[in-house]
Parts: sequence; C-alpha cells; structure tokens
Amino acid sequence: MPRHTFSVLVENKSGVLARVSALFSRRGFNIESLAVGPTENPDLSRMTIVADAEAAPLEQITKQLNKLIEVIKIVELDGDAAVQRELLLVKVRAPMTDRSQVLQTAELFRARVIDVNTDTVTLEATGTPDKLQALLAVLAPLGIKEMAQSGTVALARGPRAMSGAGSLRPVERSA
Amino acid sequence: MSTTSSTGRPAAPGSTTPARPAAVAAPGAGPAPAVPVPPTEAAAAATLGVETTARTTSAKPRPATGITGAQSLVRSLEAVGVEVIFGIPGGAILPAYDPLFDSAVRHVLVRHEQGAGHAATGYAQATGKVGVCMATSGPGATNLVTPLADAYMDSVPMVAITGQVPSAAIGTDAFQEADIRGITMPITKHNFLITDAAEIPQAIAEAFHLASTGRPGPVLVDIAKDALQATTDFAWPPRLDLPGYKPTTRPHGKQVREAAALIAAARRPVLYVGGGVLKAHATEQLAELAELTGAPVVTTLMARGAFPDSHPQHLGMPGMHGTVAAVTALQKADLLVALGARFDDRVTGKLSSFAPEAQIVHADIDPAEIGKNRRADVPIVGDAKATIIELVAALRAEHAAGNTPELGEWWEQLDDWRTRYPLGYDWPEDGMLSPQYVIERLGAIAGPEAIYASGVGQHQMWAAQFIKYEKPMTWLNSGGLGTMGYAVPAAMGAKYGCPDATVWAIDGDGCFQMTNQELATCAIEGIPIKVAVINNGNLGMVRQWQTLFYQGRYSNTELHTHGAEGTPDAPKRVRIPDFVTLAEALGCVGLRCESKDDVDSVIEKAMAINDAPVVIDFIVGSDAQVWPMVAAGSSNDEILAARDVRPVFGDGQV
Repeated sequence: MPRHTFSVLVENKSGVLARVSALFSRRGFNIESLAVGPTENPDLSRMTIVADAEAAPLEQITKQLNKLIEVIKIVELDGDAAVQRELLLVKVRAPMTDRSQVLQTAELFRARVIDVNTDTVTLEATGTPDKLQALLAVLAPLGIKEMAQSGTVALARGPRAMSGAGSLRPVERSA
Repeated sequence: MSTTSSTGRPAAPGSTTPARPAAVAAPGAGPAPAVPVPPTEAAAAATLGVETTARTTSAKPRPATGITGAQSLVRSLEAVGVEVIFGIPGGAILPAYDPLFDSAVRHVLVRHEQGAGHAATGYAQATGKVGVCMATSGPGATNLVTPLADAYMDSVPMVAITGQVPSAAIGTDAFQEADIRGITMPITKHNFLITDAAEIPQAIAEAFHLASTGRPGPVLVDIAKDALQATTDFAWPPRLDLPGYKPTTRPHGKQVREAAALIAAARRPVLYVGGGVLKAHATEQLAELAELTGAPVVTTLMARGAFPDSHPQHLGMPGMHGTVAAVTALQKADLLVALGARFDDRVTGKLSSFAPEAQIVHADIDPAEIGKNRRADVPIVGDAKATIIELVAALRAEHAAGNTPELGEWWEQLDDWRTRYPLGYDWPEDGMLSPQYVIERLGAIAGPEAIYASGVGQHQMWAAQFIKYEKPMTWLNSGGLGTMGYAVPAAMGAKYGCPDATVWAIDGDGCFQMTNQELATCAIEGIPIKVAVINNGNLGMVRQWQTLFYQGRYSNTELHTHGAEGTPDAPKRVRIPDFVTLAEALGCVGLRCESKDDVDSVIEKAMAINDAPVVIDFIVGSDAQVWPMVAAGSSNDEILAARDVRPVFGDGQV
C-alpha cells in the first residue's frame, strides 16, 4: 500500500491526541508513525501522521479527520515536495575491540556520539526512515542493546507554510 | 425570561444581580457600543446559529458577577433558549439543580438517564430544536451512552450536560467517576470537559452551535463539580472559538449544474431521499424538485414523511424491508440523486451489486459521507435545502434549453412493479390478531397529524410500511443504532415539544420492557402519550430470522408476555408482565385488545383519553413476518416480496 504523510494542525487542547488516534483505530486505519509537537503558534500543535492506505480509504481518513472539531487543517506532505526526518537514538555494544568500527559507522552516517562508557556507545542520528534503516543494518552485527526512534516529522519544501498568506493547499475538504 | 413557563409554573424570581444595561458582545465585536442595545433572543440566535425556542422574553441575559458556576450554567441554558431539560440529579451535578429550581427552564425528572437521552432526541426530532438532557457523573453519565450513540448515528441535535467529580479527584477513581469525555469521544460530534467556571458560558454556546449546525449531532459538556461551585462572572453572548469548524452549507454551482444535466438526460432517475432532507427542513423544496423532474421518489427509514406517501411519485421505502418497487427502482435506475442519504448497508444490501447501472449524484452536508460507501459521479457538499433550491433552478435552465427527459417508459415499469407487488400481509394462521392490521388501523385513525415514535424490530418496520406519512417530523425512530427501548421516552420528548399533537409510541413487547419506566414520568409530569404495544410474545425480528435462517430453533426469544398455555394444574394464562396492570401501576390507563373487531374501538377509546398516558396491549400472532425482505448480505436483486416469493421482473424490462 502506498505510504502517505500528513501534517495536521490541531488546537493545542487536552484530548486532541486521543481523538485523532481513536479515530484511526475506530475506522480501521493503521498509523505507521505519529509525532506531535508544538508549533510557532502556542495555540496550535502539529501532528505528523504516516499511514499506509489506498486512495479510497485515504480520502475517508482525511475527511473523517477534518470532521474533528479541533483539527484546523490537513496537508499531505509527500515525495520530493517535502523534507522528512526521524530521530534515532541507539545504544550499541562497543567494547574497545569494536569501538573504532562503531565510530567509523557513526561518521559515515553523520551520527553523533552522545554517551560513552566502557561497554557501549550511544549514537544520535537523524534522517529519512531509509537512512536510519541502513544505519541500523550496519550496527546490527555489532550488537544493538537498545534503541528509540521518533515518528516522522516533515515540512513542505519552498516558502509556503500551513498557515498564513499563500499557505499550502489543504487536503480536499469537500468530495 | 418569561413570567410564566409553558406549564403555568411561576418563572424564576428576577435575577438577583443589579439591573444594568446589557452589553452586546457579538463575537469579535470589540467593546460594547456606547448606547446599550439589549441583545434580543433573535440576535443571540443569529450570532450562535442556534434555533431558540419561541418563548417571548422580556428580560435578557444580563451580565453578572460573583455568581456560581452552576448559576452561570443555568443562565447560559436560558440564554440559548432551552425550554426543557430531561434529567436526573446526583452528587456531582447537584450544584446545577439548585439554580435550575428557580429557572424558567423546565426540568422533567425522568426515571432512568437513558430515558432522558431518548426524550431529548424525540423532542429534537419532533420540533427541530436542540434536545437537552442532564445527568450526574459516573453511572448517570454512562447511562447516557446509548442515547448519545443513537443521536450520533441519526444526526440528532442534542446537548448532554453531565456533572463530573471535582477536578482534583479526576483520575483518582473517585466515587462515581467515569471518564465520560473519553467514553463518548467516538459517539459525539464533539465533547467538552470543563474544570474552570469561567469557561461555562462559552462551552454551552459552542455546544449548542455545534449540535445544531452543519450535520447535526450530540455534544456532551462534562463539568467538574468544583467548577459548578466556584465563583465566576457571566456575560452573554460569549465568543465562539471554533477555528476548525466550518461546515460547508452552500453547494458548488458547477457541481449543481452537472447534477442538473445528468437529471435532464436520465431515462430512469430515482430521487433517493434520506433524513438530511428533514434535518434541513427542505421538504417543500423536495416536493418542488420531485414534481419538476417527474422522477420517482424513495424515502429511507430516516426520511419517512419527507415526501407525502399519498404522492403518486412516491414508491415508498427502499432497503432490507422496503417495497419491491422502491428497491427495484434503485436497482434498475440509470441515475440516483441521493439527497441527505448515506448509502447505509440496510439500503444498499450487498454493496457491490447495488444499483449497478446507476450514475450517482450524492448531495450531503457531510463530505465524509460522499464516496464512503459508493463512489459519487457528481458529489455536492451542502445543506439539503440550499442544494435542492439551486438544483431546481439549474434544472429549470435545462428544461428551458429543451432538455426534458421522457420518463413514460420508466413509469410504466414502475407502475407495473408497484401494482403487482404492493405491500401486504396475511392473517396469522392461528386466528390471532395481525400486527400489520393493528398498525395500519392505528395510522388510519390517528391520521397524518399525529406523531409516531417506534421501537426497533418488526413493529418498527410495519410502522414504517403501513402508516401513511404525509408530513415531516411525524415519524421518529432509531434508524442507525437500532436502539430497542427508544419509543416510550422519545414519544415523551416529542409530546413535551408538541403538546397539541397526538403522540403514539408503537412498541414491541421486548422494547417496551426496556424503558417503560418513563410512563411514570409521563403520568406525573402530565405528558399524555399513547403506547401501542404490539405484543407477539417474542423478540419478533430475531424470531423471524430464527425461523428463516436457524431452522426455527427459537433460542432465547420467547418473552412470556403472551402467557403460558393453560393446563389442568394452571388453567389461567399468566402474562409476565401483564402490560395492562403494569400500565395502571405506572399511573396510566391500561387497555387490551385481542380481536380484530375490537381494534378500532380500543384505538378510539385511547384517542379519547387526553388526561393520562394510555397503553394498549395488542395481543398479536407470534409468527407474523416482515416482508418484503432482502436477507442480510444479499444483493437487492434477491428481494423476496413474501416468503418464497421472488418477484418476476420479466425479460426485456429495463
């Protein structure tokens, strides 16, 4: 199924995340990843939602999301028209014998070392999901002790934003 | 507020706050004008988009300082024009009941919160106004879940107000705590949890605005007890802050013209009319459109009464138990014009085989309904009334350009179907009363001016089939959720809202046992509804399916309301319960009818009683079935006109 990334501006009120996630589960849509955070406007939050769906269910997702009173605007951010990033923290087994290999890998993927001790190294990496997958594939043989990965966050390329003058076109509200 | 309420009860003694000029605070209007203009109820309504009740009021919502949150709540309810609240007090909501005691807003003390919710729905469906119910926290609130889900499925404008445990106790599993906002998220249009007294007027204004505009629906306002007790200020109207709520009401002109062009070119069009036409008060416009197109009209279960049954273009109800003519017209149509209808599975049958040759014009105020089940060729998002008005104008233009379709052949076909397969029924073989006959006579005697509220099941289908509806908002039922127990409380709410109308609840013996406690409310509050219990001794619709699909194995459907057969040891039939004595115990008049000869006279007797609720226990045959029928999951092409009777449509027919 094709993958879609939505940027959803919502009112910054309690319960909004519950409404959105409950809507996905109730209507039988799967969320691949979800990231929520503040925006330049303190009254609004931005949810970046990645979902796999065919065209018809996709239209239902966006229409049902639009019906939520606290959802302000939905924009689809896909392909080359948007930049997408995820954050990965990964704790890798790195005894002195393997350490240089871990550090070399980190360098190749432009990951940063953010914690070190005698047995492990913790790396921080950002990038597209594909890049982070590749990094993990290289680290896996060395021994990944633990990892934490964020959902995707995304912004449209170019000068336009989701709100304000000449803003991005919302996903069709009407049919 | 008015000096006397509609029941003559003295209204609230004047406001306790000093009289002062009322400030006009339209949303975003800035400071009050130099010359104070008392805001009128109409102005408040215009601001809020809320239809208020018609009471004439002199005193206007005046600002107040140093009042309680509860007083602010009651003032807000007065300001939006609430006429009546159906509810039950309890610990968390108790502060609100104190100022309510003095308010011109009437409160009807129901016997179960579910009754409050359905009464609010019945009131809303019969009057077009927002229905209001109130309950306390925990079990009070959870008892509203079913009516909220019901109102959500049938797009009924309703506001539910619940008390919540004090904000400091929220999340501690406090006594009578339930997360009713979380519980009702998927079954309300929107809901609020208010923990700050200052937010009460805005929440109430927003709740009524949301409930009554766009696609109507239920809105729940949960208010923590400490917010009701806190000291606060009140000003009206508050600013509505709903930046994400912009329902599209004006249809797109280009889409309307495309729809008109399709209608003008269609050879086999059908107007598929749903409940949205009633919600939009668009029945006059629908009649104009129907006559302009000359097309056949079908009205769904939610739209019975939106188009007169006596009209020659009306083919009746489509769907699982629709008429052969209505179901088949949709199947054979080349164009469906869906107006405020949502292609529900009970209408379409097996979706992939529904109306296979038809292009679809789908007009609905909710964009999410369009394309949800069936792809629309011409989608139109808008209010049904505005859409139909524009459609009529566009169609006149088509006609003026000479595009007037010839529907003679289509009508020959349709007339043939409805002549050969009219609605009908057989009398029970055991000589008992026919339930269809009872309902047919009830409709004939009570007439099209009466309001009919039904439960869910066989009697509901028969009431939809055999009563002739001529007027909008005279048929109330639970269509989407299918809530057994809807009839009695909904009839109560309808009767409260339309005191001059005769209101009949048509209920089954199963349904009636779910909510008949509200007859006590009706008797005490002076709400003289009439109830026809179509007592077949069983959960009839389930029994019908057991007969048809489970080899007559009647697992758990016998209710014993017919009583057991007499034996030498116990010769007397014992009905449990005996609905006549039950009715009397609840302060109603109880009547019973067991034979055809008595049907008219007992209905007339009930019609003559206007000072008390009346219950008639009609003892009808257990094996009567609802026909026509499309079995669940089957194609509408598989419709059976009666048991084992497949309609013959013939070769060469369209």
